Amino acid sequence: MVERVPPHAAQPRSRLRILLASGAAALGLAAASVVPGVPLGAASPQQAQAADSGKSTLTVAVAQSVDSLSPFLAQKLLSTSVSRLMYDFLTNYDVKDNHAIPGLATKWEPSADKLTWTYTIRSDSKWSDGQQATAEDAAWTFNKIMTDEAAAQSNGSFVTNFKKVTAPSPTKLVIELKEPQATMAALDVPIVPKHVWEKVGDFSKFNNDTKFPIVGNGPFILTDYKVDQYVKLKANKDFWRGSPKFDEVVFKTYKDQDAAVAALRKGEVSFVAGSPALTPAQAASLKGEKNVKVNEGPGRRFFALATNPGAQTKDGKKFGNGNKALLDQKVRQALFLSIDRDTLIDKVFQGHAVNGAGYIPPRFPAYKWEPSASQKLGYGPAKAAKLLDQAGYKLKGDQRVGKDGKPLDLRILCHATDPNDKAIGKYLKEWWGKLGIGLKVDCLDDVSVPWYAGEYDLAFDGWSVNPDPDFVLGIHTCAALPVKAKASAATDNFICDKTYDELYKKQLAEYDPAKRADIVKQMQSWLYDSGYMNVIAYPNAVEAYRTDQIKSISTMPEAAGNIYGQDGYWSWWSAVPAGSGDGTDNDSGSGSTGIVIGIVVVVVVLAGGGFLLMRRRRTTADDRE
Amino acid sequence: MTADSTPALVKQADADTDGPAPAGPPAARSPRARDTKAYLRYVAAKILGAAVSLFAVLVTSFFLFRLIPSDPVKQMTGGRRVSSEQLESLRHQFGLDQPMWKQFTSYVGDALTGDFGTSYQFHAPVMDKIVEALPATLLLTGTAYVLYSALGLWLGTRTAWRNGSTSDRFNTALALTLYSVPSFWLGLLLIIVFAVGIGPIPGMFPTGGLESGNETGFAYVLDVAHHMVLPVITLVAVGYAQTLLVMRSSLLDEMGSDYLTTARAKGLRDDSVRRKHAVPNAMLPTFTLMFVNLGHVVAGQILVETVFSWPGLGGLFYQGLSVPDLPLVQGLFFVFATAVILANTLADVLYPLLDPRVGR
Repeated sequence: MVERVPPHAAQPRSRLRILLASGAAALGLAAASVVPGVPLGAASPQQAQAADSGKSTLTVAVAQSVDSLSPFLAQKLLSTSVSRLMYDFLTNYDVKDNHAIPGLATKWEPSADKLTWTYTIRSDSKWSDGQQATAEDAAWTFNKIMTDEAAAQSNGSFVTNFKKVTAPSPTKLVIELKEPQATMAALDVPIVPKHVWEKVGDFSKFNNDTKFPIVGNGPFILTDYKVDQYVKLKANKDFWRGSPKFDEVVFKTYKDQDAAVAALRKGEVSFVAGSPALTPAQAASLKGEKNVKVNEGPGRRFFALATNPGAQTKDGKKFGNGNKALLDQKVRQALFLSIDRDTLIDKVFQGHAVNGAGYIPPRFPAYKWEPSASQKLGYGPAKAAKLLDQAGYKLKGDQRVGKDGKPLDLRILCHATDPNDKAIGKYLKEWWGKLGIGLKVDCLDDVSVPWYAGEYDLAFDGWSVNPDPDFVLGIHTCAALPVKAKASAATDNFICDKTYDELYKKQLAEYDPAKRADIVKQMQSWLYDSGYMNVIAYPNAVEAYRTDQIKSISTMPEAAGNIYGQDGYWSWWSAVPAGSGDGTDNDSGSGSTGIVIGIVVVVVVLAGGGFLLMRRRRTTADDRE
Repeated sequence: MTADSTPALVKQADADTDGPAPAGPPAARSPRARDTKAYLRYVAAKILGAAVSLFAVLVTSFFLFRLIPSDPVKQMTGGRRVSSEQLESLRHQFGLDQPMWKQFTSYVGDALTGDFGTSYQFHAPVMDKIVEALPATLLLTGTAYVLYSALGLWLGTRTAWRNGSTSDRFNTALALTLYSVPSFWLGLLLIIVFAVGIGPIPGMFPTGGLESGNETGFAYVLDVAHHMVLPVITLVAVGYAQTLLVMRSSLLDEMGSDYLTTARAKGLRDDSVRRKHAVPNAMLPTFTLMFVNLGHVVAGQILVETVFSWPGLGGLFYQGLSVPDLPLVQGLFFVFATAVILANTLADVLYPLLDPRVGR
C-alpha cells in the first residue's frame, strides 16, 4: 500500500490553527471586556453615566420596535408614546381623572351652531430650534392630514368630520366641522413645526429619523435613535409646563419579557412594563426584591367574550358560518350565566384583575356603568340550564340537543399568544360541558382572518379604552361594517342595531359632558342586555420600577393608576431621580468581584493558549527529529 | 474517506507527472485539460442549479407567506382609531386590493431588479432594513460560527482519537446534552447567572442589546464585545456538538485504515499521524457541514437574537412575521435562502479541489 501523504497536509493544520487562534482571540476579547476600564454589567447605565457626566437617566425597557418616528405614520404604542413626548398636542388629559386640560391650546370653545371650534394657542411654547410654535403650525398639521393620503395613515380618523382648518392669527386656530362632534377636546394629534415638515416630499416614506435632535416642543427632545436598540430623549428645559426632572429618558428594546425583568432586577433599566402586564409569576418574583417597587393599577383594557351576531356587509349581505343557536338571546345569556368570574379572576388572573360588567373600564369613572340588580347576569348554572330548556335545547344524555336533533356544539376563537385565553378556554369547556354544550377552543396566532370572515361562534375579545370612549363605541355601529364580505373593517364583531346607532350619534353630538356620559351608559346597558358582548374582567396594569433610580413617579389616575402607556406624558415628565448612593454599594461590590473573575478568565485563557503553543512547538521539534 | 480513494489519487498524481497521454487522435486533450473541462462543466451545472433554486425560492416565498391566515392591515392598525375608509386606503397603498396574479408578477419583476418593495410597518425599502440589520447578525453568528466550528473540530478530533476514554464519553455526552437544550432557555439561564448574578457570581455582562449607547472609538468596540459574550456562548454551546459529532464519527471511520497503520509503522508520532494523515481525510464530511452552517450565519438565530434583544435579521424576521409584513418576510426569506444556496454551491465548487473523485 502506498502511503498517501496528503499534498496539502499543512493547509488544514494551519486552517485549524487560525480557527483556534480566532476562537482564543474572541474569548480573550470577551474576557478583556470585564477588566478594569470597561463598564461592568453590574453598573446600571444611569449610574455609569452619572459618573461620566452627572446626567440622570431614566431607562425604560420596551418590547416593541419603533415603526416610525413620523407622527403621521406611527401606529405602534411605543412610537405614539414617543410622539407624545416630542410634540405637544392641542389638549391633554388630566392626570387625576382624565378630563381635558390645556396643552398647546389654552382654551377651546364651540360656536352656537356647534359646528365651529376656536382654539386659543399658547404663546409660551417654542420649538427646540428657537422658533415660536403658533396656530399656523397646528393648521398646517391638520390640513396636511386632510389633504395628503400618505400623511393620514396614523391620525386620519380624527379629521374625517373636518370641513376646514384655518389660523387667522398666531394664537387662534379655527376648525369647522361637517357635523357636531363632542370629541374636539380629544384630538390626539401631535402638532409638528410647519417650517421643518413643509420641506418633506413623500410623507409615506419620511420616517423622521435621519437628523438629530428632532425639532419638537414637547417635554422631551429626541436626540438619538438606533433601530431596535434605543430611543434617547433629553429633557426640554424650556417646556412651558416646566422641565422634566430626569435629564434623559431612554427607551431600550428588550424583545424578551423575562430578559427585561432580569435587566430591572440588575438595575440596568429603571422601569419595566408588561405587554400589557407583567405575568403573575414575574410580578411575584419581583415583589420581594430590594429596591424594586411593583406597581399595580386599574387597567385600561377589558377582557370579554363576544358572540357572532351574524356577519354582514354594510349593504346587509350575510356571510360567515356563526352558529344560529347564538342568535337566541336566551342561549347567549345561558352561556354567560354559567361563567364563574370569581374563579377566573382568582385562578387565571391570580388576583391581578377585577370583575367586569360595563364596556368602559372603571378607570374612567365618568363613563363607568354597572348593571342593576335585576339586569345582572351573575353566576347561576341552574338558571342557565332553565334558559336553555326554554330556548329548546333539552338535555339528552349529557348533551344539549336542539329541535332539529343536532347537539349544541360551539367554537371559540382564542389568541394562541395569550395564556389567559387558553386557560379560560379550559374552564369554559368544563362549565359549558356541564350544561351539555360542546366547545372547541380554536387557538390561532392571528384570529383576524376567521374573525373578519365571520367564521366563528364566540371569540375572546378585548380593547384598550381611551379617555374618550367614542372609538370603542364606534366599532359596534353599522357604519363600521365591511363594504365587502371578509374584508378588513372597523367593526369589532358585526353588531349593527338601529337603537345603538342612534345612541352613538346622540353621544357624539352632545357637548354637555354629563348628558353625554348618560348616553354612553345607555349604550353600555344596551350592549350588556343584547348579550352579544359580555365583559368578564378588567385586567390590572402590572409594572415595576427601581426605587434606587426613580424616587417618585406619577401614576394615572394619580391615586392608584398605571405608569406605562398613559394618556399624556405625566409619568416620564413627573419622574424624580433618586439620590445617588443608595444601592450603589452592591454594584461596586459585584463590580470588583467581576474584575477579579475577569482577570482570572484572562489568565486562564492566556495560560491555556501558551500551553497549547508550547506543546505544538515541541511536537514540531519532535517531528523534525 | 477510506483507503479506496488512494488509487484514484495516485492515478491522478501519476498523470500529472507523466505528461500528456501517449496516444490518441490529434484533437485529444491531456488528462489535465480533460479534468479542467470536466470541472468547469461541473461548476457550470452547479451554478445553473443554484440559479434555478433561487428562482424557485423567489416564487415560493410569494405564495408561502400568503398562506399565513392573517390580515396585515388589520394587524398593523390593531387597537388604533382607524376608519373603514382608512383601512381601504392602506390596502390600496400596499397593493393588497390587486388580484393575486398582478401582485405576483410585479413582485417577481421588481425582485429580479433587487427591489423587494417597501416594508408595511417600517415605511422603508426592504433591502434597506436588511442591510441595516445584517452587520449585527454577521457579527454575532459569524463569531459564534468560527468558535463553534473550531471547538467542534478540535474536540471531535480529540474524542475520536481517544475513543472510549473517559474524556470521550464525557465530551460526547456534554455535547449531546447541550445540543438538546433549547437555545432560548440556555440564554435566559446565562442572563440570570452571569448578567444579573446569582449567589457569589456577580452580574458581569449586559442583559441584552448590542451596545450601551454611550461609547465611542475603541471603548465602543469593547462595549460591543462585552455585549456579545453571553449570546456567543449560547450559540457556541448549542452549536458545537454538530461539528464535534460529525468530525468524531468521520475520524472513527478513518482510524482503522491501513494507511494509518503504515504511517505508524514508518515511526511517525501518533500526533503527527492524526494531524497529517487522519484528520485531512476525515475533514471532508465536516467541511460540508461547515458550509451548510456558513449559509445559516446570515439567517441569524431568531430565538437567541430575541432573548438577547440583538438587533439582527432574526429579530427582524420575527417582527415581519408577526404582522405579517409581506414584503419584509419575502425579502428576508429570499436573502436567507440565497445565503444557504450560495454556501452550498461554494461547497460544491470547492469540494472537487479537496476530493478529486467528486465532479468527474
